[in-house]
Amino acid sequence: MLRRRINRLCGGDEKRLDSRTIYVGNRPCPDTEAFIPSKFCDNRIVSSKYTVWNFLPKNLFEQFRRIANFYFLIIFLVQVIVDTPTSPVTSGLPLFFVITVTAIKQGYEDWLRHKADKEVNKYLVTVLEDGRSVRKESEKIKVGDVVEVVEDETFPCDLILLESSREDGTCFVTTASLDGESNHKTHYTVSDTEKDLQALTATIECEQPQPDLYKFVGRMHIYQQEQEQEQELVVRSLGPENLLLKGATLKNTKKIYGVSVYTGMETKMALNYQGKSQKRSAVEKSINAFLLVYLCILISKAIVCTTLKYVWQSKAGQDEPWYNQKTQKEKDTNMYLKMFTDFLSFMVLFNFIIPVSMYVTVEMQKFLGSFFITWDKDFFDPEIEEGALVNTSDLNEELGQVEYVFTDKTGTLTQNNMEFIECCIDGFQYRYRDTLSEVDGPVNNQQQNAGQEKEELFLRALCLCHTVQVKEAGSEVLVDEVDGMDGLLPQPEQETGFIASSPDEIALVKGAMKYGFTFLGLESKCMKIKNRQNDIEEYKLLHVLNFDPVRRRMSVIVQNNSGETLLFCKGADSSIFPRVRPEEVDRIRMHVERNATDGYRTLCVAYKKLSAEEYAMADAGLMEARLALQDREERLISVYNQVETGMSLIGATAVEDRLQEEAAETMEALQGAGMKVWVLTGDKMETAKSTCYACRLFQRGTELLELTVRTLKDEDKKRDVKLKELLQEYYKKAVLDAPPVRPGVTRSWSTANQDYGFIVDGATLSLVMNPPCDDDASQNKSFFLQICQSCTAVLCCRMAPLQKAQIVKMVKNSKGSPITLSIGDGANDVSMILEAHVGIGIKGKEGRQAVRNSDYAIPKLKHLKKLLLAHGHLYYVRIAHLVQYFFYKNLCFILPQFLYQFFCGYSQQPLYDAAYLTMYNICFTSMPILAYSLLEQHISIEILLHNAALYREIANNAMLRWRPFLYWTLLGIFQGLMFFFGVRFLFSNPALQDNGQVFGNWSYGTIVFTVLVFTVTLKLALDTRHWTWINHFVIWGSLAFYVFFSFFWGGIIWPFLKQQRLYFVFANMLSSVSAWLVIIILILLSLLPEILLVVLRKPRGHHSQQKKQSQSNVGGNQSPESSTRPLLMRTFSDESSPVV
Amino acid sequence: MMASSYSAKEEDGHHSGPAGLGAATRTRKPDNTAFKQQRLPAWQPILTAGTVLPAFFIIGLIFIPIGIGLYVTSNNINEFEIDYTGTDMSSPCFNCSQNFSWNSTTPCKCVLSFYLDQPFESNVFMYYGLSNFYQNHRRYVKSRDDSQLNGDERSLKEPSKECEPYRTNENKPIAPCGAIANSMFNDTLDLFYINPSGSKTQIPLNKKGIAWSTDKRVKFRNPGGSNPNLTAVFKDTAKPVNWHKPVYELDSEADNNGFINEDFIVWMRTAALPTFRKLYRIIQKNNNMTPTLPRGNYSLEVTYNYPVRSFEGRKRVILSTISWMGGKNPFLGIAYMTVGSICFFLGVVLLFIHHKYGNRNNSSDIAS
Repeated sequence: MLRRRINRLCGGDEKRLDSRTIYVGNRPCPDTEAFIPSKFCDNRIVSSKYTVWNFLPKNLFEQFRRIANFYFLIIFLVQVIVDTPTSPVTSGLPLFFVITVTAIKQGYEDWLRHKADKEVNKYLVTVLEDGRSVRKESEKIKVGDVVEVVEDETFPCDLILLESSREDGTCFVTTASLDGESNHKTHYTVSDTEKDLQALTATIECEQPQPDLYKFVGRMHIYQQEQEQEQELVVRSLGPENLLLKGATLKNTKKIYGVSVYTGMETKMALNYQGKSQKRSAVEKSINAFLLVYLCILISKAIVCTTLKYVWQSKAGQDEPWYNQKTQKEKDTNMYLKMFTDFLSFMVLFNFIIPVSMYVTVEMQKFLGSFFITWDKDFFDPEIEEGALVNTSDLNEELGQVEYVFTDKTGTLTQNNMEFIECCIDGFQYRYRDTLSEVDGPVNNQQQNAGQEKEELFLRALCLCHTVQVKEAGSEVLVDEVDGMDGLLPQPEQETGFIASSPDEIALVKGAMKYGFTFLGLESKCMKIKNRQNDIEEYKLLHVLNFDPVRRRMSVIVQNNSGETLLFCKGADSSIFPRVRPEEVDRIRMHVERNATDGYRTLCVAYKKLSAEEYAMADAGLMEARLALQDREERLISVYNQVETGMSLIGATAVEDRLQEEAAETMEALQGAGMKVWVLTGDKMETAKSTCYACRLFQRGTELLELTVRTLKDEDKKRDVKLKELLQEYYKKAVLDAPPVRPGVTRSWSTANQDYGFIVDGATLSLVMNPPCDDDASQNKSFFLQICQSCTAVLCCRMAPLQKAQIVKMVKNSKGSPITLSIGDGANDVSMILEAHVGIGIKGKEGRQAVRNSDYAIPKLKHLKKLLLAHGHLYYVRIAHLVQYFFYKNLCFILPQFLYQFFCGYSQQPLYDAAYLTMYNICFTSMPILAYSLLEQHISIEILLHNAALYREIANNAMLRWRPFLYWTLLGIFQGLMFFFGVRFLFSNPALQDNGQVFGNWSYGTIVFTVLVFTVTLKLALDTRHWTWINHFVIWGSLAFYVFFSFFWGGIIWPFLKQQRLYFVFANMLSSVSAWLVIIILILLSLLPEILLVVLRKPRGHHSQQKKQSQSNVGGNQSPESSTRPLLMRTFSDESSPVV
Repeated sequence: MMASSYSAKEEDGHHSGPAGLGAATRTRKPDNTAFKQQRLPAWQPILTAGTVLPAFFIIGLIFIPIGIGLYVTSNNINEFEIDYTGTDMSSPCFNCSQNFSWNSTTPCKCVLSFYLDQPFESNVFMYYGLSNFYQNHRRYVKSRDDSQLNGDERSLKEPSKECEPYRTNENKPIAPCGAIANSMFNDTLDLFYINPSGSKTQIPLNKKGIAWSTDKRVKFRNPGGSNPNLTAVFKDTAKPVNWHKPVYELDSEADNNGFINEDFIVWMRTAALPTFRKLYRIIQKNNNMTPTLPRGNYSLEVTYNYPVRSFEGRKRVILSTISWMGGKNPFLGIAYMTVGSICFFLGVVLLFIHHKYGNRNNSSDIAS
């Protein structure tokens, strides 16, 4: 009956495509009539993109999907098809170069992937086949195979654990290569499968592969043969604790057997490594905008030239004078077609204005530049022996543009290094003072004690209600290897080590230990604790109601020796208080709130005796929910909620979480740099507020605007009405009454203004973001946003992970689309890390998920200061300069060529030789700017770090706005005009040599080109503030190379070249004094406005003055200076003002 | 191993480098080298009023004298220019220009007389100038075959496609092919000094040394190696359509005939602008006592072969002496003087600004 029902269910499940059925050992199971051979993919991992055969077409296709490459391809094709002024080589060669380099790089990476794949795929594993162990290549594992894995081996595919060499049916794994968490995780065998794997007949039903590493639902049908009789069907639920993931490593366990459920590309590991969304930086957007401008310039130039050409040709005798007849083909061409090809020819002639090499250089700059972050030894943390990690180099410059910093509290602002401080049992406070004096028992501050019974119940609860594991004695070697979260804590009893997923739990267990209750470990579902009398108590662990951030609590159901079933629950006060008897709450609430204001993390502990019926009901409910394939999570939670009611509160704990090193200094520096710091935490408001004060995010003078459930509580009005009122009030206060802020100067500069801090909690936030009724919703939202934006610091507490992302998104999409940065260390920060423009992961204690999903990872919060203020600032300045310079140098490169058209009958005659056209961007002018963009420090790193306000100078994309762009463009136009007309006037008499011989058009172009190369290089030299030997080498080197190349290029009659246009042109040019003189004066004249501007700008810039002084080591000038600076700035820079 | 190999995939092959590196450095401390820590010793120049002001003054002080020198030099150059296009009725060459036809066998001659009011002391260079002649037109510039001109036998038989429509004539390859060669300037200019007595003395014109020596020696070479018999070498080729005589009859002297004829080489160096001059002849100074061209009356005899009226061009003859900076061109002198003055002026202004505002700046710094 039951079976039939299940069968029906199975059938139904099979038809729905979202589950799969696996036959363990690929043995047909008695129930299903026909054994359907598996049609799952094999265990071959293919991470490579290409094969030898499809590499070329596929790679080329991918590359030409990029808009820039495609544009250059079009230009190239036009050159090939149409009769254009420059040979296809001029644009084909750079394009070919770029494509080839990229292809080689991608090919190499793919080859590495092939190699890695091969290594994985050919790895020999042991598979049980018909009772024998067979060594097989890993790629030949099929779904349903039973695989044997020994200690320290990685799992070849996703396995359901069937049998373990450990007695309790567990095994330990580390998932270091999956998510970087190196702690041991316990996985469990499916019960009833351990007896005889050969005889096991079972099917597994589980969901289709999905990438979430921490989710798995399935169930196992076991057909037990009971002495030739009818088989008995047993159903077991399968969850993530039964699933061993490919890529994880078996630890501490000799051998396990498991049946493969997901293979090859369907393993969770493979599914997880598929593309992360690409973030684009603001600089890239600017580049695209500038590109559009230049494209317009290009097209308008081509149109102007084409039009003028036909106007010019309409005059008699101009189009086809006797000395310059057209070919027959040209004469036959249709007039409109001719016009069109002329237009294309002009496009090709001027196309160098948008250079291929800019993309290459920008990519190279980003790629190479990001090494400096990984190389920085200041980011090296001796504790974890790691430095910074760069996951994407696309966002380097974005680090210099951050306006909003969203930070997590736990583990980010604080150390997540928990220490048990005190507890409160039944309303009485227990403070554990000193390890030395009062080891033997709790101290009662108030000369009162809770009853002995309550006290012990509380401590038992602490000892039982957790998922901590005891590190085995004898595995002491592992202490260093595993994530040593307890190694940092003072360990009173060295032989015990604990492993847990959260440091709070360890702190609590240790706290209980200090009070005399020691948790000894979990053995075959039996928890042992040693009580004060040194007796061992045993509890049978019936169920663990897991912790999750939404429920914010966890429970265990245990059975003690006397057969009583107890439920212990611990969790945040907000999630416990509604579930306990209200009369108990008040006594404890006081303590909890006081602890919270002291900055401690508080947890409340409650318990409940379960009657046999209650337990049976709960047990059944849990079993059912666990077996569900659909909505298992939801069902489980609803069961949990049912069980965890009507508990009685025993007490509360307070755990201290110390601030990260230099957290306050870092925060202050960020605020000084004009960034707004928002703390988004799941923690209590009081705790979070105290952390904010400790971090100096809130100052004493800061007026706090609170928008929380508490302030919304009002008898007379409904919540949303009150919310609106409050919002309007705060809006008036913070936004309207505040004096208008001058752009660039943020509030904290002026001490006269009142600082506001804004506090909002998750519940209220959801009221604002997702209002029940739609009217005023958008107004509320905009009020809220504006209040937030005008406050110096915002604290959002009680946030669910998704709400964090919501906040980030709201700010990100607000007016002006400010650049946001999220920093966090835990899995609950992942959503906001992914959402923000720049995501920073802290290599903290809460696993590696944040790091994996981040763009940059740093070991400590304090490193953020240097990452933003120094690296970010420099990268931004470098790349902004790089971009502007590239557009500028190509404008003054092409402008003379454009002007020349007016003097050559609009015939598309290039001014420069093809070699110069090609080499200009590749060789002559590319290296200096690359070196500049990697090495420039216009302000030294020390000064940047000491003077956070310098960060404001580049805020709002300051160097890539239209004004600087216009400046650079005008400079380019000015110089282009200089180059062309200077030489033009010189050539009014082309007899420039002292032997009376004359120069021709190629000499003209070469003189212009020489002036051009020298000017743009010297312009860069003028801009360079940090001359290392590399800069010297590259700048003077590329000028020397230009001269050398020109001699060489003109020194030989080149075979295979159709025209020897430059033969001895350069040498002859140098033999002319006039050419020298004109080159010198044109370079000087072109640079004159630049020099003038530098000189004129200097006295005005406040910081440049400072820079100068500190750079020239005039140490004494700093102190009078700082007194002029506003108060907030002074507070920290005076503290830390060494003489630079 | 797995993790790093996959991270490459995750990045979609774009930037796996840093990630890979990050994995590599995971276990070791970053190197403490100056380069990696961005602490390379560096020179940090700062452009301040203090450093720039003297530079302005120095530039001003150097450039103004140079400018004056250049200007004076340019002014000291004697240059005389005469237009002989013959568009005017009054011009002696009017008839020649009107009656021009490609097929005429008898050359049209005209004589222009002019008066030099200053003696030309040093070597005099004789240029012909053309206006509105687009030697820099793209179709024109590329219409040549440099390997043919370099004596390549194959290109002589089979000229480059670029030479169209001046590539072949009557199924014979044209040598030299192309529009440039075809339109070679072929007026003959002779200069006579009219003695005060009224008799004419022909002034010897040197036709050597007018082309770039590198062109003459290397870039242009006659085919057939050292074969002195150019007629034989060029026998299977046609002359350019507009030429009156084939290339091997350009000059009587062997080392100035064929492709290495200097007039031809000069013409083949295409001009930069539509108004240009090209060196025609050099009048060598004979002795130190008499000027090369004394003051007086001269007559210029033109054999008018080259039509320019169809494209409204002009033809000029220019007589000029040459200084170390080339021909007469006041531009450089003026430019140097202007820039020098600007720099000097800016220096003064900046000094004033610096003195006035710089002081206030400093005092405010100290006072506060």
